[in-house]
Amino acid sequence: MTTIRVLVGTRKGAFILTSDESRCDWQVDGPHFPGWEVYHMNASPADPDRLYASQTSSWFGQVIQRSDDGGKTWHTPGSKPEDLLGEHGTPKGESNKFVYDTSEATGAPLTTHMWYDGTQHPWEFARVWHLEPDLDDPDTCYAGVEDAALFKTTDGGASWHELSGVRGHNTGEGWHPGAGGMCLHTIVLDPVNRNRLFVAISAVGTFRSDDNGKTWKPVNHGLVSDYIPDPTAEVGHCVHRVAIHPSNPSTLFMQKHWDVMRSDDGGDSWREVSGNLPSDFGFPIAVHPHEPETIYVVPIESDSLHWPPEGKLRVYRSRSGGEDWEALTEGLPQEHCYVNILRDAMATDRLDEAGIYFGTTGGQVYASRDHGDHWGPIVRDLPPVLSVEVQTIQ
Amino acid sequence: MIRVVLPAGLQLLAGCPREIEVEVHGAVSVASILDAVEDLYPMLKGTMREHDTGKRRPRVRFFANKTDVSLARLDTPLPAVIADGAEPLLVVGAISGG
Repeated sequence: MTTIRVLVGTRKGAFILTSDESRCDWQVDGPHFPGWEVYHMNASPADPDRLYASQTSSWFGQVIQRSDDGGKTWHTPGSKPEDLLGEHGTPKGESNKFVYDTSEATGAPLTTHMWYDGTQHPWEFARVWHLEPDLDDPDTCYAGVEDAALFKTTDGGASWHELSGVRGHNTGEGWHPGAGGMCLHTIVLDPVNRNRLFVAISAVGTFRSDDNGKTWKPVNHGLVSDYIPDPTAEVGHCVHRVAIHPSNPSTLFMQKHWDVMRSDDGGDSWREVSGNLPSDFGFPIAVHPHEPETIYVVPIESDSLHWPPEGKLRVYRSRSGGEDWEALTEGLPQEHCYVNILRDAMATDRLDEAGIYFGTTGGQVYASRDHGDHWGPIVRDLPPVLSVEVQTIQ
Repeated sequence: MIRVVLPAGLQLLAGCPREIEVEVHGAVSVASILDAVEDLYPMLKGTMREHDTGKRRPRVRFFANKTDVSLARLDTPLPAVIADGAEPLLVVGAISGG
């Protein structure tokens, strides 16, 4: 028996949707952490019961929650077992300490980046946008944060330490936030070259490390962004999402602010594959679990009109790694639809007949059980969806 | 005992009731009360004051005896009615529209 578990982060809490492999009847569990924004939930590939959640609030800051039983119960990591029992039964873990590393040994000075008015502004931690558990060790997880930096835990989320090479890159002074903040929102772990990982930062670009996160280089050659003074600059490109297929990790697919791009040399160079898309603006991009050249995007009208072109919600699929795209519309609203699909809100399961999932700012989570040919809502009327991840549990 | 009223979001996080009681040794100030609250509920560290600077988070306010004491130094002594438990210290999240 295979179970599909969909982890949905929303503006007002987290939801967990569960089905057997038929993917017909979905049990909706939640809201977890009601009233709090859950930017992202993600599961360890090594232990399907180990989940991490980024619970955040503009009022009260950041909290990391962890589940060791597949989302039935949660706690702030670092609590001792006895803390969770007894009269109070409250977790005592202090899992929300994200402090930039300025130490001489491993850190980088707390410098400034460019602010909206052109002045320099100090790096300030705001929230965790993305959690990426390690491929092998459930206690190791990476966190991409705003203001842009990469953190890592090796103790199951009890403590977090910055990998300061990203923030400390010598171009940092010229980085600036986009409207959504200067967030490190994408973390891609190379499953073949375990020393290699990629990150992407809004309004800055993509970076690659080949030494397990110690040092980083921008990998944005080939990106062209007309909204910055030098359209082909080394940094300044608003990358929205990067995805790979695990069997071919040197090929990367990118949804940029405008343009869908691909790289076949580990990010060293990029070329545009927007082809016949009705708009090449969008946020998420996903790769089919079994077909490395089949990719999915959801075109959005423009950077000022964050809704599907013509009010028709269409997923576009390319079976050739880009350039040639087909609209997938069956079961999706084809009139009066003005929702957005955010960068972390699209994912796939790993069943033979692959399932594709995405959540909208209108609170729907749509799923396809047949690679995208047919769609339907598996839940609707949730708060605006921020993120969707899918587990295929054997 | 000193009484502290927490906003809903922090009650949820700490798994505590709206009003809690803490014991403070020495001068009673917002800082010393928050130290005691965080000692009782460590998961609240960083939610009212920034981890690295200890500054009040911008959207959190502190009211004592019908007075907004948020903008004073956090170690400023609070009125006796707070120290003797006659009135609670209110921790308040800023209101928002929408």
